[in-house]
Amino acid sequence: MATATVPAVEREDYLNKEYGIASWLLTTDHKRIALLYLISITFFFFIGGFFALLIRLELLTPAGDLVQADTYNKLFTMHGQVMVFFFLIPSIPAVLGNFLIPLMVGAKDLAFPRINLLSWYIYIIAGIMMMHCMLTGGVDTGWTFYTPFSTAFSNTKVIEAGLAIFVAGFSSILTGLNFVVTIHRMRAPGLTWSRLPLFVWAHYATSIIQILGTPVIAITLVLVVAERALHLGIFDPKLGGDPLLFQHLFWFYSHPAVYIMILPSMGVVTEIIPCFSRKRVFGYMFVALSSIAIAVFGFLVWAHHMFVAGISVYAALVFSILSYAVAVPSAVKVFNWTATLYKGSIYYNAPMLYAFGFVGLFTVGGLTGLFLAALGIDMHVHDTYFIIAHFHYIMVGGALMGYLGGMHFWWPKISGRLYPEGWARLAALIVFIGFNLTFFPQFILGYLGMPRRYWQYPAQYQVLNVLSTAGATVLAVGYLLPMMYFLWSMRYGKPASDNPWRAAGLEWTVQSPPTTFNFPEQPVVTWEAYNYDEIDKNYQEEAQVVG
Amino acid sequence: MAGNVDALYIFLLILSGMMTLLIFTALVYFAARYRHRKGVLAEQIEGSTPLELTWTIIPLGVFMVIFAWGAVVYFQQRTPPRDATEVYVVGKQWMWKLEHAEGQREINSLHVPVGRDVKLILTSQDVIHSFSIPEFRIKQDVVPGRYTVAWFRATKPGSYHLFCTQYCGTEHSGMIGTIEVMEPAQYEAWMSGGSTGPLSASGERIFAELGCATCHRSDSQGRGPNLQGMFGKPVQLEDGRIVTADENYLRESILDPGSKVVRGFKPVMPTFQGLVSEEQLNALVAYVKSLSPPSAPGAKNAAMSAPQSGPGQGNQVQ
Amino acid sequence: MSDSQAVVPTSSHDDIHNPALLHHFATEEQQKDASNLGMWIFLATEVMFFGGLFCAYLIYRHWYFGDFGAASKSIDALLGGINTAVLICSSLTVVLAIWAAQTSRRAIMLVMLALTMLFGLTFLGIKGKEYKDKFEEHHVPGATFSFEKVPIPGHPDQYANPQHAQIFFALYFVMTGLHALHMVVGLGIFSWLFWAAWKGRFTPEYYTPLEIGGLYWHFVDIVWIYLFPLLYLIDRHP
Repeated sequence: MATATVPAVEREDYLNKEYGIASWLLTTDHKRIALLYLISITFFFFIGGFFALLIRLELLTPAGDLVQADTYNKLFTMHGQVMVFFFLIPSIPAVLGNFLIPLMVGAKDLAFPRINLLSWYIYIIAGIMMMHCMLTGGVDTGWTFYTPFSTAFSNTKVIEAGLAIFVAGFSSILTGLNFVVTIHRMRAPGLTWSRLPLFVWAHYATSIIQILGTPVIAITLVLVVAERALHLGIFDPKLGGDPLLFQHLFWFYSHPAVYIMILPSMGVVTEIIPCFSRKRVFGYMFVALSSIAIAVFGFLVWAHHMFVAGISVYAALVFSILSYAVAVPSAVKVFNWTATLYKGSIYYNAPMLYAFGFVGLFTVGGLTGLFLAALGIDMHVHDTYFIIAHFHYIMVGGALMGYLGGMHFWWPKISGRLYPEGWARLAALIVFIGFNLTFFPQFILGYLGMPRRYWQYPAQYQVLNVLSTAGATVLAVGYLLPMMYFLWSMRYGKPASDNPWRAAGLEWTVQSPPTTFNFPEQPVVTWEAYNYDEIDKNYQEEAQVVG
Repeated sequence: MAGNVDALYIFLLILSGMMTLLIFTALVYFAARYRHRKGVLAEQIEGSTPLELTWTIIPLGVFMVIFAWGAVVYFQQRTPPRDATEVYVVGKQWMWKLEHAEGQREINSLHVPVGRDVKLILTSQDVIHSFSIPEFRIKQDVVPGRYTVAWFRATKPGSYHLFCTQYCGTEHSGMIGTIEVMEPAQYEAWMSGGSTGPLSASGERIFAELGCATCHRSDSQGRGPNLQGMFGKPVQLEDGRIVTADENYLRESILDPGSKVVRGFKPVMPTFQGLVSEEQLNALVAYVKSLSPPSAPGAKNAAMSAPQSGPGQGNQVQ
Repeated sequence: MSDSQAVVPTSSHDDIHNPALLHHFATEEQQKDASNLGMWIFLATEVMFFGGLFCAYLIYRHWYFGDFGAASKSIDALLGGINTAVLICSSLTVVLAIWAAQTSRRAIMLVMLALTMLFGLTFLGIKGKEYKDKFEEHHVPGATFSFEKVPIPGHPDQYANPQHAQIFFALYFVMTGLHALHMVVGLGIFSWLFWAAWKGRFTPEYYTPLEIGGLYWHFVDIVWIYLFPLLYLIDRHP
């Protein structure tokens, strides 16, 4: 599908405009900042992934024989913290969002380029704090920091970890702030809300959550740190405090946080599917408003993490019914994606394979959410491997596959090179197979009763654990491949044209890679989003003309 | 009751299986049927509002059914039957200490007769734990500073796993045990094998040792309310509120007496925080409960209300 | 939505524009709108940040009303009240500084900015005195905390629970401390604004930094206006 014509002379673009480390570390170009983030989050992905591998290795046998119990407890804690706060939450917004949103809205940059750079530095500072914490002893509270264990009993570096995540939160807030102002104020003339790519809508909804939710976990962590340092008693029953207050405050952010992690991915998939079906999205407005609905309802369901924590039956009823409400817009999106394929003209390039994988695995993950929202079932499977399987289906089978799909889709635009299609399809398949082998057995393990965060377990659970570990090694291979061939392509990949996918969207109207200021002239938009009929008609006519 | 959980689970499995099959089939079929062919353009379809409404409203309807079913099962799970045998459980890093109302003490194991309703009154003496018997499909977090409740009725003799399912530190995965369900005759035999007398008797001793009887007399002359027959009944406080005298109320009254002063009495009761262990508290609670007739008409055996200092809790449904 | 969309006549640099216009914006109006929206959103995040604390405070105040009343009585409502007046005056001087910029009154603008900072420093000074008093009375949470035999307002025969009082003070220090930190940042911002005003950066056509700095300052003021009655005025009887 790639079209070939590419200029032979090296043009100026954002990559070669300036060389030298200072030009990168002091850049305000949103595209360069996106790449800075790309390198940083990939680094943390491998750290988190390494912890995951150790966890799966330990769980090959029922006995705790690879690492000590305390070490294992630190491994799963830091796996969660690194993956959630230093990989998943930034990933798509900070890499693809930063790179693409100005291009998609027809602007030269985000509203606040210097704040964008600041957000990266804040992320790096937080990352250094986290690394230091991990290297000097680590933390073992679980990523959920429940009190009073975290405030009064753990002997690990809770304060450092809490502060690192506190700092990282500001990076997230500033990114969200930048996106909202950009989307409101910097759209090109003619680009009305109903003409925006749904990727932009998804990031708008994500940014609302980042802006309103993140400060709450920030202040919660401040209180935890203060309590631990000064023995305050806000969350400690021995001093008159309430441990459940911590849980409410924590989950008030951490539930919407999972929507921060999935909405951008949904946005990516909503760009890929129309392109590789050559038709507009089915039900544009419904998909757009579903993103907003998810963001709004996502703030109303936090205590579904606390059904067995000691909340009243009435509270549980309210949160259960609201949790079903939040499932509806996600279901609507799955149906709309599927309907978009109907009577399309479908191509199987790697981005599309990832999109297919996303829709399938997100469906499974989302359906298992229905199990968990059912109060009677949750009592049985809460804090078991069922929960672990559920959220990994969404975050890895969903968010991460969307991220990889997006990286492949926009790689030509970002790097000016094509990735090797054959290897990419193989990697997508390996990821899909490895993922299911790793996590499907965990649903069964959970219903059979295996608790989570267990260093050792009764022997009856071993077979499923071995299957899961085998899957994890396959999955690891699947993740290493793109790293390698993306790097390879930067030197040896075929140069990409402006629009190798013949995709709709303003980002595809500029050169690959773009120049620093994106557009030679400000575009004026007079067409609807996903105008694939016009694009393909023009292409057909052109092809007939060219021969 | 576990059967009810499994029934809902199987319903959800079938439903999810069908939906997954539907979506997967649609994806695969569309991907194959509409694979790009030379010269064939895609057909642009904006959408279909009737279709959108259909696939919004039908799932919502199905979800409401699931919600209702799950809620019914949950009510059952959180409402112990009257006359259930009571066992007091104290979780601590990293073991379970159990004490039957009849007095037997166990560590990391719980012997129960088959077919009997068993109500667990749980608390922690340090961090949050969670008491889980997967094979009975029950689980309840065990929180320091308050009582939580769970119940079950075992239907088959055997040995069943007990796990701690709220991460609690180094030996979280070692905080496990067994539930031993026995035939009634065996259970009687086990029970008679040595105990220190019923829990309420220990409670009576502690009640005397700590001088509670000085103020809490069984006539109306005491400086403190008469505790005879008050368990499970409403109590009017001096600020006008009415609360139910359940286990959490008793516990709070011992540890933080100033927070709920009964109408007509002065706030002179000293606090016993730090002076009684969790086990002693359990014994005292068992003793005070024994002063009320077990299932007097009108005595509520409700799902326990959380202490009023719990977030948004209040009295629960029976 | 009625967002302003840029209408750009040209991309070249030949048009004359205010040196403060940043290159990625198409017009000054777009830049001003973006800056304003950005500050409002930032203030929304601050509301949520303080919100968590207010939430915790309101819950404990509901549960431990008497004990919190006793603790509240021990902090100085007069000093708190003076501080409230000081901050309200400082918000007035901010507004006057902006008016002065709008009407090219440079001297007044500078005086108002300086007065704002002076009021801010006064606030911090009075706060410092309050903290010192609390330290001396052993009301700072931690090892040295002591709150024995303090009667609950309206219940002279009942003493406050020291543990619950400690929670009051923990929240008092975190909330007012966080607020004071925001004041310090505000002073930093206004120092920069003063310097920029001195350098003549603000004209009737361009005074956006003053506006958004002002917004921040007003926000800090409003937080205090909530903090003061909630912390200082519980259960006070004439």
